[in-house]
Amino acid sequence: MKLSALQPIRRANSFRSPSSAPLDGGAAPSDGPLFRSPTAIFWLLLHAICCLVSLALGFRFSRLLFLLLFSPSSSPSPPSPPVLLLHRRPDLPLSPHPPTPFATPNATGSRVVVGRHGILVRPWPHPNPTEVMRAQRILDCVQREQRLQYGVKNPRPLLVVTPTYPRTFQALHLTGLLHSLQLIPYPLTWLVVDAAGVGAASNETAALLARSRVPVLHIRFSGRMPLRWSDRHRTEARMRLQALRVIKERRLEGVVVFADDSNVHSMELFDEIQKVKWMGAVSVGIVAHSGNPGMVAPQQLSKEEEENSPVPVQGPACNSSGQLAGWHTFNSLPYVNKSATFIGDGAMVLPQKLEWAGFVLNSKLLWEEEEGKPDWVRNLDEVGVNGEEIESPLDLLKDASFVEPLGNCGKKVLLWWLRVEARYDSKFPAGWVIDPPLEIIVPAKRTPWPHAPPELPSGKVATSQDPLEKRSSKTGRSSRSRRSSRNKRKREPQIDTHI
Amino acid sequence: MGKGSWLLALLLLSSLLGTISVQELEQRHRTERISGSAGDVLEDDPVGRLKVFVYELPSKYNKKILQKDSRCLTHMFAAEIFMHRFLLYSPVRTLNPEEADWFYTPVYTTCDLTPNGLPLPFKSPRMMRSAIQLIASNWPYWNRSEGADHFFVVPHDFGACFHYQEEKAIERGILPLLQRATLVQTFGQRNHVCLKEGSIIIPPYAPPQKMQAHLIPPDTPRSIFVYFRGLFYDVGNDPEGGYYARGARASVWENFKDNPLFDISTEHPITYYEDMQRAVFCLCPLGWAPWSPRLVEGVIFGCIPVIIADDIVLPFADAIPWEEIGVFVAEKDVPKLDTILTSIPPDVILRKQRLLANPSMKQAMLFPQPAQPGDAFHQILNGLARKLPHPRNAYLKRGEKILNWTAGPVGDLKPW
Repeated sequence: MKLSALQPIRRANSFRSPSSAPLDGGAAPSDGPLFRSPTAIFWLLLHAICCLVSLALGFRFSRLLFLLLFSPSSSPSPPSPPVLLLHRRPDLPLSPHPPTPFATPNATGSRVVVGRHGILVRPWPHPNPTEVMRAQRILDCVQREQRLQYGVKNPRPLLVVTPTYPRTFQALHLTGLLHSLQLIPYPLTWLVVDAAGVGAASNETAALLARSRVPVLHIRFSGRMPLRWSDRHRTEARMRLQALRVIKERRLEGVVVFADDSNVHSMELFDEIQKVKWMGAVSVGIVAHSGNPGMVAPQQLSKEEEENSPVPVQGPACNSSGQLAGWHTFNSLPYVNKSATFIGDGAMVLPQKLEWAGFVLNSKLLWEEEEGKPDWVRNLDEVGVNGEEIESPLDLLKDASFVEPLGNCGKKVLLWWLRVEARYDSKFPAGWVIDPPLEIIVPAKRTPWPHAPPELPSGKVATSQDPLEKRSSKTGRSSRSRRSSRNKRKREPQIDTHI
Repeated sequence: MGKGSWLLALLLLSSLLGTISVQELEQRHRTERISGSAGDVLEDDPVGRLKVFVYELPSKYNKKILQKDSRCLTHMFAAEIFMHRFLLYSPVRTLNPEEADWFYTPVYTTCDLTPNGLPLPFKSPRMMRSAIQLIASNWPYWNRSEGADHFFVVPHDFGACFHYQEEKAIERGILPLLQRATLVQTFGQRNHVCLKEGSIIIPPYAPPQKMQAHLIPPDTPRSIFVYFRGLFYDVGNDPEGGYYARGARASVWENFKDNPLFDISTEHPITYYEDMQRAVFCLCPLGWAPWSPRLVEGVIFGCIPVIIADDIVLPFADAIPWEEIGVFVAEKDVPKLDTILTSIPPDVILRKQRLLANPSMKQAMLFPQPAQPGDAFHQILNGLARKLPHPRNAYLKRGEKILNWTAGPVGDLKPW
């Protein structure tokens, strides 16, 4: 709905309504300047009052008036005739298709009028959730098309190698990694090397992997995960080697990525590694976890430590012509006395000089009798035998200078290394499911939850009620048990008898 | 054996056809040919189809004005200066006026700038009049046709109406002396006094190098749904709102300022061009005049322009099918903008993006230095060539006079 222009004057006095336009100031014709007509005085007084009101309010409320009076766009209003008639012009040959769907072919003058128009605001300006979902689908469509046109042309499948073992934080780390892998748009196979022993522990990992929507190859590793970090690094290397041997035996094709379960990967990493020809290296950000914040006080850091960047980065170093010149490794000297020795002892966990996670390789490097395989690679069967310790994938090569630096020559950090582990003797419910529900429920005195009606101890309830009520009370019980179980976990062997 | 060879031949043929069709599909995937109502004319070469004679005016009409303020070369009205420079060295230029089809008068009417950089149009009518008097008295070609085979570049807000305020521009109307000439202007609105029949609408000048310098990799995913940066209320000139942009920009703000799909604000960030390349739709609402450089920026950066300006005529409308490339929203439908945009089917959106990706489309919106084939200069010449041959009433009989040299406001008649 458009307000027609009255006079083509900017900043027209907003209090002049269309009907009273002729009544304004022109009603003081020949009288002298001292004597004014009553209407003029009236308008002057009204103007003055409104000015004072605006002063009191702090803003010109004319806009508000306009909004309230003229804004409801749902009500259809008759089109007001344009006062400013523009010259009639024949339809121009330049524009044969009028964009607005007006049915009238012969426009007498223009429908578009100069002047003050109302600001159309719909009564419910909030977004409609269906429309938001449609917009997201449109964005998704556009991005898929972009990827098709400008992204990687022939994506190779990925072979993700992850060493793991059952422990408290395994569910945390593996679930995170699983969700990251599910987002990757390329076909992939997840090779999980599991250092579980025999018994219930060996099914933990399997239970977690059962939720996976990506194809998983669950490889059992004979051997337990040691408790010292230095031994653990070595065991992990052996586990990865076993996965590589599986790749070699089955002649699996693709790009091998070493994704440790506690690392954090960005999606750009998986786009970048598609560019690798034989073996590539990316920059890894090291997030060395400092368990006890009081241990390393900032003032005590030596100058040397301050000179290091806040997040050290491991990766390839290039010379000015973009070729591999060396390696940025982790300098562990400043932390030598403060690092963790046992898993979960609360101190900083340090990485090795070069972590496996920063390397990717073409699986054809591992196959035997593959034409086109470069000669600077060792035969996988000879690696790791006779007690040889493999520290990084560079030990798989005879000549490390052929490694391709990825991620803008190592300038982009595409993944982050960190190790967060609970104490090795910490207990957790198997599969993180509390089943069967805990038997004894005692209301804790200081719960933060609102006071619920007191429940009788479970033994009495079970005997005296119908099955229906029993079921309802049972669910009530289980929800309560979950709540009180959180309080109880810390004092597991004791039973709180406070009522 | 015969059957085997037939089979082989059939297989070969089918594989050949298969590869050809795959290639075509790939081509079609990337871009699409643009053909407007005049046909497939964006890639036409005007050389050889017309001849243009450039009048030699004293430098007070062009060079001296430019020397006084060199900002004229970078603001959005710079097309008049660059058109002059292009024509001076173009193969369509002829030094023999007898064989010319079109005559060009290089007068920079939009170069009188305020300290802020906005052009003042108050002296432009007198300047234009003075230039026309000069060419009428020194050459016979103006009087021969009273300007019907002459063209002028008038890139100001309302073209040859020479005023920035719409009502004043409408009051003045097009300069009476130009009523037979062809006007090359940025302003285009149907049924408006300041757009006469036969005008060629051009895009506003946008610096090509500056835009090329801000290109980002095309595989950066487009994650912004609707993008706009600019004023919604012109507090200086229209504090209450409702006048500026006919209330359309204010309506956009009031309706969608809290909508997460709309990235709209008045703050101009440094990453303005990069952000446009990450957006699917770019709003191009009218301001004080219906045209804006946002259209050019949207086309260059592949962002679908959403044009909110009733009855607007877009650049080169007979060569570019704007209906298929942009989205037109009536000003009264602004409150429903989100519904309109989200209900466009995705394949239509993909097709619009393919049309925008066509390099000839992007080239047609630019004024590169030096000129390149298919750019806006060539589209102007193509437009002029399409108007040839001149109709019979273009040339006046002996003694016939149509123009009234004393028409218009008295102030315009003063010499410049």
